[in-house]
Amino acid sequence: MDLCRRMLLIRHFEESLIGLHDQGRFEGHYHVYIGQEATAVPALSCLGQKDFLFTTHRNHGHLLARGADPGKLFAEILGRKDGYNHGKGGTFHVAAAELGFLHTSGIVAGIIPLAVGAAYAAKARKSDQITVCLIGDGALEEGAAPESFNIASLWKLPVLFLCENNGKYGAGRAAGAAQSATMAVYPLTDLPVAYKIPARQIDGTDAGAVHAAFSEAVAKIRQGEGAQFIETQTVRWPGSETNWPAVPAPTDVSLAWDVSAVPERAREWYRSSDPVLIFIRELVEKGAATKTEIAEIDKSARQAIEQAARFALASPFPGLDEALKDVFAPR
Amino acid sequence: MRELAYYEAKLEALSEIMADERVHLMGGSFLSLSPRRTLFQKIVQRYPERVVSPPISELGFCGLAIGAAMAGLRPVVDLSTGSFIYEAWPQVVNEAANAFYMSGGQTRAPVVFHILHGIRGQGAAQHSHSPQAMLWNCPGLEIVLPSSPKDVKGLLKSAVESPNPTIFVDHVQLFEIRGPVPEGDLVIPFGQAEVKRQGKDVTVIATSLEVQRSLNVADQLAREGIQVEVVDPRTVAPLDFATLLASVEKTGRVVIVDQCHKSCGIAAELAARIAEEGFDKLKAPIRRVTAPDVPIPFSPPLEEFVTPTEPRIIEAIRSVLR
Repeated sequence: MDLCRRMLLIRHFEESLIGLHDQGRFEGHYHVYIGQEATAVPALSCLGQKDFLFTTHRNHGHLLARGADPGKLFAEILGRKDGYNHGKGGTFHVAAAELGFLHTSGIVAGIIPLAVGAAYAAKARKSDQITVCLIGDGALEEGAAPESFNIASLWKLPVLFLCENNGKYGAGRAAGAAQSATMAVYPLTDLPVAYKIPARQIDGTDAGAVHAAFSEAVAKIRQGEGAQFIETQTVRWPGSETNWPAVPAPTDVSLAWDVSAVPERAREWYRSSDPVLIFIRELVEKGAATKTEIAEIDKSARQAIEQAARFALASPFPGLDEALKDVFAPR
Repeated sequence: MRELAYYEAKLEALSEIMADERVHLMGGSFLSLSPRRTLFQKIVQRYPERVVSPPISELGFCGLAIGAAMAGLRPVVDLSTGSFIYEAWPQVVNEAANAFYMSGGQTRAPVVFHILHGIRGQGAAQHSHSPQAMLWNCPGLEIVLPSSPKDVKGLLKSAVESPNPTIFVDHVQLFEIRGPVPEGDLVIPFGQAEVKRQGKDVTVIATSLEVQRSLNVADQLAREGIQVEVVDPRTVAPLDFATLLASVEKTGRVVIVDQCHKSCGIAAELAARIAEEGFDKLKAPIRRVTAPDVPIPFSPPLEEFVTPTEPRIIEAIRSVLR
C-alpha cells in the first residue's frame, strides 16, 4: 500500500508540475517521470538508509520514491528559497544529501563515473554501502558509460546501474533491430555484458518483477560480487509525444477500470501500459486492497501534492546575495 | 635551513599526505617520466591499496575521483601531461566545479587534479598546453601553481586539505631546482602571494616556471642597477590581488609573465584587473610576456621563439622602464 501511495504521489506531482509550467510559474525545459513509477518506487525500496544515489535530468520520481519532501522539490523547480538547493539547481540538478542523492547532473552520462567513484569510496572504507546510478538509455551513447563500466568491472565496485529505457516500441525499434537511430548496441544489456558486468532486462511496469530483480542485485553487490546492471523497459507516455509534456487526461484511479475519459489517441497507453494503473488493478484483483481504499490513498496523495504546491508558491525567491554564495566550500 | 631539490620536496609532500587514510593516489606520473619517477615506487610499495593505476580513461577515472571525493575520500589524481585534462573536461569543469554551488552548498568534491603544464621541450602542440587559464574561467575550481621546492611541498599539503576541487599545476622543468624547505610540517594557505624578490623599479608578476626565469632575470639586471621585484601569486583561484596591487603601487611599472597563450591567459586577466583597479598608479603601459596565439611548434628554434624566455622578459622590462 505504501508503494501504491508513492506511485500516486509521483504521478500527481508530475501532473501538477506540468500545470504549474503551463501557468508560467517556471520557465525552461524539464522532464517528467510519468510512466516509470513502477520502476523507481519498488527498486529504491530495496536500498538502505546509507546507500548513495546519483540521478539525472529525470530525477523527480527518484527523489519522491526515496521519500523526498514534495514541497521542497516543487520549490526547487520553481527556483524558490525553500527548495532543496535554494533554487540554484532547478529541475535538472536536485540534490538531497540527506536522502543519499549527492549530485544530480543534467548531462546524460555525467553521473556514471561519479557513481562508480562513490562505490570506490565505499569499498575503500570497507563499508557495505552500495551506490545506485540512475540513468536513461541515452546515457549509454556517451563515452563516460563504457569507460566507467570498464573500471567498475575491473575493480569489482559495489555499484548498481539502473538504466531506464522509456523508449520501448520507439521508432528505431519498430523499423529494425536497433534500439534507436542513435545506438548500434541492441539489446542495450550487450554493452555492460561486453565489460563482464552481469546484466538483465525487465519489464519496468511490473512492480513485482522490479522488486525481485533489485532485491537480488542488491544482495549480490553487498556480498561483494561487484557491479550489476538492470535495464527496465517502459512504454513512452503519450503526454511526452510533444516537445513539452502535456497531460492527455489527469490520472484518476477510476481509469484503472474505465479509460473512456481518456482521449482516443492516448487511450491504449492508459489501458495497457500505465504502471500505476496496472499496479492498482493487481492490488484489487489479489484482494490486497478495495477500490474504496485505493480511492482514499489517491485522495490523500492528491491533497499532499496540493499542499506541497501551495508551500512552494508561498516560498519567496532567494535574496540576490544567494547568487554569489557557495561557489567554494569554506575550509 | 636545509636545502632540497624540487622533486625531493614534492616527494616528501606526497609521502606525508598518505598519512591521511582518506587520501588515494590515482595514476603514477607525479614525478613525470623524468629519471626521478622511480622514486615514486617507494610510495606505491608502502601503500599498495591506496595507489591505483587506472586504465587510459581520463573521463572515467577523473569522474571516479570526483564521486569518491563526494563520498568522503580525498583522491589526488595524476593526469600527467596537462592537456590530458581535456579528455576529462566534462567531469572536471561541468560536474566537479559546479557540485557545491548547484547543490546549494550540500555536496563537496575535495579532489586534487595534478597536471604538468607548459612548454617542456619538443612536446609539440598536443603536449605543451597550459590549461590553467581555461580552468580559471570555471568558477568552483581552485588553481595552484607552485614555483619553488618550499611552495610545492606546502601547497600540495594545503591542496589535500582543501574542501574544493583543486587543480595542481606543476612544470617538469622545475624538478631539479634547489631551494630552502623548512623541516617538519609545512602548509602554505591558498590565496597568499609571495614577493620572491624585493625591488623598487619594476614589478614582474610570474607563475610556475616563469617565476624562476624572472628571478634569474632580476639577478642579471641588478648588475646594471635595475631593481626588479618578483611577485608570485602561487594560487590564482583564490587570488591574492592585494599583494600584486601593492607591488604595482610601489614600482608603477609591471610586466606579467606566464606560459598561457596571450589572449584570455593568466596574464590577460591580471593585466585587466591591474588596469581596472590600479590605473592611476601606472607610469607605463602593462606588458605581457606569454606564448603567442599559436599552437606550440615542435622544431627547437621555433619552440624557443614562442617560449617566454629570459631575453624576452628582459626586453619587456626594458620597454616599461623607458
